[in-house]
Amino acid sequence: MSSRSQSVAALGPAPTNLDVERLSGHHLTMLRIRAFEEAAIRGLQDKVVFGAIHPSIGQEAVAAGVCGHLRRDDVLLSTHRGHGHTLAKGADLNAMMRELFGREGGTSNGKGGSMHIADFSVGMLGANGVVSANIVIAAGAAHALKLQGRDAIVCCIFGDGAINRGPFLEGLNWAKVFDLPVLFVCEDNGFAATTRTRTMTAGEGPSARARSLGIPSVEIDGNDVLAVDEAARDLVPAVRGGAGPRFLHAHTYRLTGHTSMDAAAYRPKEEVEARWRLDPIARVEELLRQAGLSEGAIEAQRRAANAELERAYADALAAPLPDNARAFADVQDVGDPRGEAF
Amino acid sequence: MTVATYIEASRLALAEEMRRDPKVWAVGEDLGRGGVFGQYRGLIDEFGPVRIADAPISEAAIVGAAVGAAMMGTRPVAEMRFSDFALCAIDELVNQAAKARYMFGGQTRVPIVVREPIGMWRSSAAQHSQSLESWYAHIPGLVVVCPSTPADNKGLLKSAIRCDDPVVYMEHKGLWPLEGEVPDDPEHLVPFGVAKTVREGRDLTIVSWSAQVHVCAKAAETLAAAGVEVELIDLRTLWPWDKAAVLASVEKTGRLLVVQEAVSVAGFGAEIAATVAENLHRALKTGVRRLGAPRVPVPYAPSLETSLRVAESQVVEAAQAMMKT
Repeated sequence: MSSRSQSVAALGPAPTNLDVERLSGHHLTMLRIRAFEEAAIRGLQDKVVFGAIHPSIGQEAVAAGVCGHLRRDDVLLSTHRGHGHTLAKGADLNAMMRELFGREGGTSNGKGGSMHIADFSVGMLGANGVVSANIVIAAGAAHALKLQGRDAIVCCIFGDGAINRGPFLEGLNWAKVFDLPVLFVCEDNGFAATTRTRTMTAGEGPSARARSLGIPSVEIDGNDVLAVDEAARDLVPAVRGGAGPRFLHAHTYRLTGHTSMDAAAYRPKEEVEARWRLDPIARVEELLRQAGLSEGAIEAQRRAANAELERAYADALAAPLPDNARAFADVQDVGDPRGEAF
Repeated sequence: MTVATYIEASRLALAEEMRRDPKVWAVGEDLGRGGVFGQYRGLIDEFGPVRIADAPISEAAIVGAAVGAAMMGTRPVAEMRFSDFALCAIDELVNQAAKARYMFGGQTRVPIVVREPIGMWRSSAAQHSQSLESWYAHIPGLVVVCPSTPADNKGLLKSAIRCDDPVVYMEHKGLWPLEGEVPDDPEHLVPFGVAKTVREGRDLTIVSWSAQVHVCAKAAETLAAAGVEVELIDLRTLWPWDKAAVLASVEKTGRLLVVQEAVSVAGFGAEIAATVAENLHRALKTGVRRLGAPRVPVPYAPSLETSLRVAESQVVEAAQAMMKT
């Protein structure tokens, strides 16, 4: 973990009646996400992970706080920056690491990689390489839940860049018109790829757009896991109870570049340093300290997360490459992809 | 057997499948009022507005929602009104529906049917007339269906609804009123990838699909009267396509003419021609020929629209020219 995250900005008085056990759980989830992405970047440097990695470093509180209120049978759809959400939904970390390594035993046996990470066994219906595309799919998943009369809900997480594509409007409108159980979560890190979103966005932004469609929105500090947890604690049961779609607008900050190869030189150094002082992991640790958790206990969580990732890295490295026949599997039932065009 | 129109046949197919499988539902603009062409007329009375669902004019959401609903275990039929409008949902169809099963390593299936009426029809002009079937044949993961008769429209739509792959289902608008015998058996399915030999002949193979099959059938009659025996093959589905049937026929006749309504350039006819050239160049008695639309948008004026359609006379002329070489 970066040493920069050790100094935390002043945050005011600690809230009373903290649920230390719950907070500790979020802390561990966030540490696992951070360690996972640091391992993924290391894998890229070691040339055992390929393609593009979109780190969510600095955004972990949203994943932990929201997914902490979802049941296993609830459905989650995510973005190209989806490792954290997927882990927080309960996906197998080793299988995810194998997926990034392009190995047998990966969540998709090496056919999807980072941008298409998915674990349907825990209701995680996929990260999506196309910005905003998951929003209409989420509406449809919720439509099916309603047709089936199930009390599961759909949680759809997307970035602030997604609100300028058509599927944002079409999907929110659909969810509202059909009164569907969807929690839309806009993880607003301020950047659409490498452009400041507000410079390319008309009007008042994500919450205003949701409200204009009659979908209530809650706006929070997404770097405060306690705030995320409390918001989701209210929103998830409301959606499950039939209140229709709800919108959570969580302000956060992408501490690294758009991809791990992006040095993000378009941002002033001072801005990034200031944001590191609001690192959600450092902040949750501060809360835990205030609640009386010892430094040793906090350090033990860090060690546990790092050790788990060391094991996952080694496991992925030792895992076999997928059989080449897999390239031809799961294309479709009809028509032979092999016999054509050679 | 019942005599039904092409449009009625599709209605019968959907109703039968919705009765058979409660997971099947349809969604699109104006479906409650029967759909833009009346393909869904009356279905809301039997199945109600939840399973015959009206939708906003949101093509991306119609197909995208169908994808999500399919992943969750339902079997949506998504109506696009005109194939031209489906271009507003290309990401949902090409990047999402077609790839989900593969990129998620087989964890999911996307059993959707996307109905995209195609073809030139009553001066509908450039944005309501296209035949873009070759686009979808190019995309791994998609099934492409182009029925030409009422019986096939029933049997193929039923197969499409039962298929676990995403199916692009392209009915030709010009065929809606076409009458024909339709099997009553609700288990009568027309399989994908099996072409229909409309007419047997020894001299020349014509491969076609959708509305152009009927133009070719008339041309084949004229040619027969002139002593040329045409073997006419209706592909029925472009992916999978019945390569074996085409190759067997061309091996016998030594001549191949492909006839399509779509723009000929980079159309599916090119795939057929290339496949025959790769496999049968020694058996060919003359060069392969294609007839299709020139590479222009579809114009409005009826006279101009007609000028772009491959006419019976062009098929006859092309065939006769091929018989001379």
